[in-house]
Amino acid sequence: MDKLLEVKDLVVKFALRTGTLTALNGINFSLLPGERMGLVGESGAGKSVAGFSIINLISKPGFIAGGEVIFEGEDISKYNFEQMRSIRGNKISMIFQDPMMTLNPVLTIGTQMTETLLAHKQMSKEEATEIAIECLKKVYIPSPETRLKQYPHEFSGGMRQRIVIAISLLTTPKLIIADEPTTALDVTIQAEIMDLLLELCIKEKMGLILITHDLGVVSQTTQKIAVMYAGRIVEKGKTLDIITNPKHPYTQGLIKALPQTHKKGEKLYQIPGIMPNLNQIPSGCPFHPRCTFKKDICSQIEPSLKSVDKGEVACHLYA
Amino acid sequence: MSTKWQQFKNSYFFHSFIHDKVAIVSFVVLVMLVVCSFSAPIIAPHDPYDTTTIDVLDAETPPIWMEGGNPNFLLGTDAQGRDILSTMLYGMRVSLLIGLGAVFLQAFLGVVIGLIAGYFGGKLDSLLMRLADVQLSFSTLMVAIFISAIFQAFFGINKYEELAVPFLIIVIGLAEWPQYARTVRASVLAEKKKEYVEAAKVIGFGSGRIMWKHILPNTLSPILVISTIQVANAIMSEAALSFLGLGMPVTKPSLGSLINSGFEYIFSGSWWITIFPGILLVILILVINLLGDWLRDVLNPKLYKG
Amino acid sequence: MQKEQILEVQNVVKHFDISGGILDQLRFNKGKIYLEKKTVKALNGVSLTINKGETFSVVGESGCGKSTLGRTILGLYPPNKGQIFFKGNRIDNLSPKKMLPFRTKMQMIFQDPYASLNPRKTVRTTLEEPIRFHQPSLSKKEIKEKVEEIMAQVGVDPGWADRYPHEFSGGQRQRISIARALMVDPEFIVADEPISALDVSIQAQILNLLMEAQEKRNLSYLFITHDLSVVEHISSRVAVMYLGRICEMGPTENLFDSPRHPYTQALLSAIPKLGETGLKHIKLKGEVPTPIHLPSGCVFHLRCPHANERCKKEIPELITLDNQTQVACHGVEEKRI
Repeated sequence: MDKLLEVKDLVVKFALRTGTLTALNGINFSLLPGERMGLVGESGAGKSVAGFSIINLISKPGFIAGGEVIFEGEDISKYNFEQMRSIRGNKISMIFQDPMMTLNPVLTIGTQMTETLLAHKQMSKEEATEIAIECLKKVYIPSPETRLKQYPHEFSGGMRQRIVIAISLLTTPKLIIADEPTTALDVTIQAEIMDLLLELCIKEKMGLILITHDLGVVSQTTQKIAVMYAGRIVEKGKTLDIITNPKHPYTQGLIKALPQTHKKGEKLYQIPGIMPNLNQIPSGCPFHPRCTFKKDICSQIEPSLKSVDKGEVACHLYA
Repeated sequence: MSTKWQQFKNSYFFHSFIHDKVAIVSFVVLVMLVVCSFSAPIIAPHDPYDTTTIDVLDAETPPIWMEGGNPNFLLGTDAQGRDILSTMLYGMRVSLLIGLGAVFLQAFLGVVIGLIAGYFGGKLDSLLMRLADVQLSFSTLMVAIFISAIFQAFFGINKYEELAVPFLIIVIGLAEWPQYARTVRASVLAEKKKEYVEAAKVIGFGSGRIMWKHILPNTLSPILVISTIQVANAIMSEAALSFLGLGMPVTKPSLGSLINSGFEYIFSGSWWITIFPGILLVILILVINLLGDWLRDVLNPKLYKG
Repeated sequence: MQKEQILEVQNVVKHFDISGGILDQLRFNKGKIYLEKKTVKALNGVSLTINKGETFSVVGESGCGKSTLGRTILGLYPPNKGQIFFKGNRIDNLSPKKMLPFRTKMQMIFQDPYASLNPRKTVRTTLEEPIRFHQPSLSKKEIKEKVEEIMAQVGVDPGWADRYPHEFSGGQRQRISIARALMVDPEFIVADEPISALDVSIQAQILNLLMEAQEKRNLSYLFITHDLSVVEHISSRVAVMYLGRICEMGPTENLFDSPRHPYTQALLSAIPKLGETGLKHIKLKGEVPTPIHLPSGCVFHLRCPHANERCKKEIPELITLDNQTQVACHGVEEKRI
């Protein structure tokens, strides 16, 4: 099957007055049509930057310094603003953590939905309204006809996120990039939203890139995972393989640190230290100062992703 | 001490200052003006307050580069024979003094009222803020005209000349405190929701301590920013009052009363009596405002430039 | 084992008036002008006891009143009704001055490590202030030693005491926040979502720190959170709250093994579990109603799959079951569920 998306050696830098920071240091991953992938990492790992850079939404002082983003056979990282607009919100949609980033508080959701459609497709207003109602039905919003006339503040947090998902569905995209879509929501609402996203991806055969720090959510919704650390992908593979048998010491630490994997009251496993700042990334393997298995080579040479078992790991332990 | 200096040199504040040409030029000009005005008794060629040195025969001497200019009077003299340059320097001193004094008074009143209104909220807040609204609906000029009329009727014009500086400070200070009160109240409302305030309450600190020692230091940035604008405003208010003859008396002129005193002569050809103090006032206000703009940009990182 | 009570909350009610000024309250309806008060009914009769040395968790979704409960216990909000006892002393009606001795015994740890430290104060000032205030007799040297001791205990290098909060990472700030609470040697700490703003690997560090401090100092915690897997791990007893009421309360194992209240069942089923593919949670109808207009009867009846006529009218009381858990549900009482 042809790949839907392929990210090759993508490098993103930030030009600050104190110097240039490398936020993404040559990441590689690909996605088949309808495939669901999780980008997992802690804050500062570069997972959001990775998501944004796919549709070139990196704002200054950040810029794409190298690599390719091949979407449906074309390198969209070199697209100009106009070309990019035909992709963004059309073939690739984005869902943010805060629904109010997407929703305009002074327009009714009906206006916002039809506007999105009219911007991308040639159709009449009536047709657009019909599609909007159709999409609201898909995300199980009751009485969508009346709901169209309401403003974002009249909806609860969970409902708003549903509407954002409905908006992203309008143009029947091939790929949805969801950046921490449920972090701001309650547990029961989170379950509902993830349920909905999963169902829609399967039904509409959409690809999904789920950016999150929550391993539990990822394990329930995705088929594969890329674990990020300090702007690099340190481990890639099938979701179940990584959750049950993580290879990289960082992934192992993340999973071992979860209370679920401990006996009650037992001291939790903890990864010592914190994620390094982008301007102080250690030499060699960026994880080596926190790693319990470090060898001499780890502080000297940065490991690259190599196939181990069914997945890929960037760690000298498997050399 | 050297480490503090090092820290300051590495700070974002210093960095943005030395990379902003407008800020540097404004700062240099302002420092020069302030130094000149406060050292006026030393550097001014004449003493405009000393009536014995003033000769009416020198009146309306044009600037030195014009026909009839006198090398003793660089920028000419006014209708009473006072050296314009010296009078301007002394006048600027008065203007700055009133401006700064009025701003201190405004800031004191405004900060106290704003803190109390914001922190305690409820009815007290409503009361104080309505008071501010009422105060703002009178313009500074109206208040000043009203009070000075009463004052002059009460104490007589001679006494007024003696007390003009503190009087103007009080009038302008009273008229504009709501600006501070509103700004402070707004930031107190934002700050008091933060958890460090709750932490202070859990420790058991009293309201006064929390207001002054915990919340106030976090509202200093906006206070600093409006202070620059308010100094410029106060100087202008004083100039306007003096221009209308309600401010500084002609014997102890400020920039405003200088501009006023020369105004009658502008059509008889003695333009310099009005124009030079006018230019100085414009420059003074301009550099203060430019510095204020720069300060606002630096202290408010959310505000992006262009 | 005889359990010693440290805190008792009896029937506490807390309503917030959000109707604003007189002008905002004016309503016009059917030719009549009247004033309408709007109140958020955050706590509607909550009772619980916390034993010495235990971790008591309160879970629930946003708006259920769990944070209000913690803050009401600490006297940040005066309760409208009900009583709060700390070691047998009633504390909810004390003047600030009479409350002072209890302030050193009860402390709080906050959610947002960025907002909970005063950005204009160095770590040293933040930590010294509480102890100077409560123990003015201590010498400078003693205070300095105490600050260094506590900083070392929470795992922050005491050499960094003269830095400002913005120079620390989120996890370290949370450690400093814990240090501030420990400075006055409290016996009881309200921890309001202390780890939910932190990264996964840091969460484990902070939880361990909290558990260590509890062991060393025999602390009691009221742990407020929405993260059920953390609750299961650290707490001895749990209360599940919904719209300002406790719907189920009991020893952690019993409650997690056999949740009885329909809401607890739904909540537990929604925890994302590692290694499970697909989602198998209990779906609830509708959404959490606002605490301004509480549903009549059982607050959960609008979303409950087992609700009947009685649930719509009658407010269920907590009943104690065989396995020591308490449930407020007519269905359980009638043995329907």
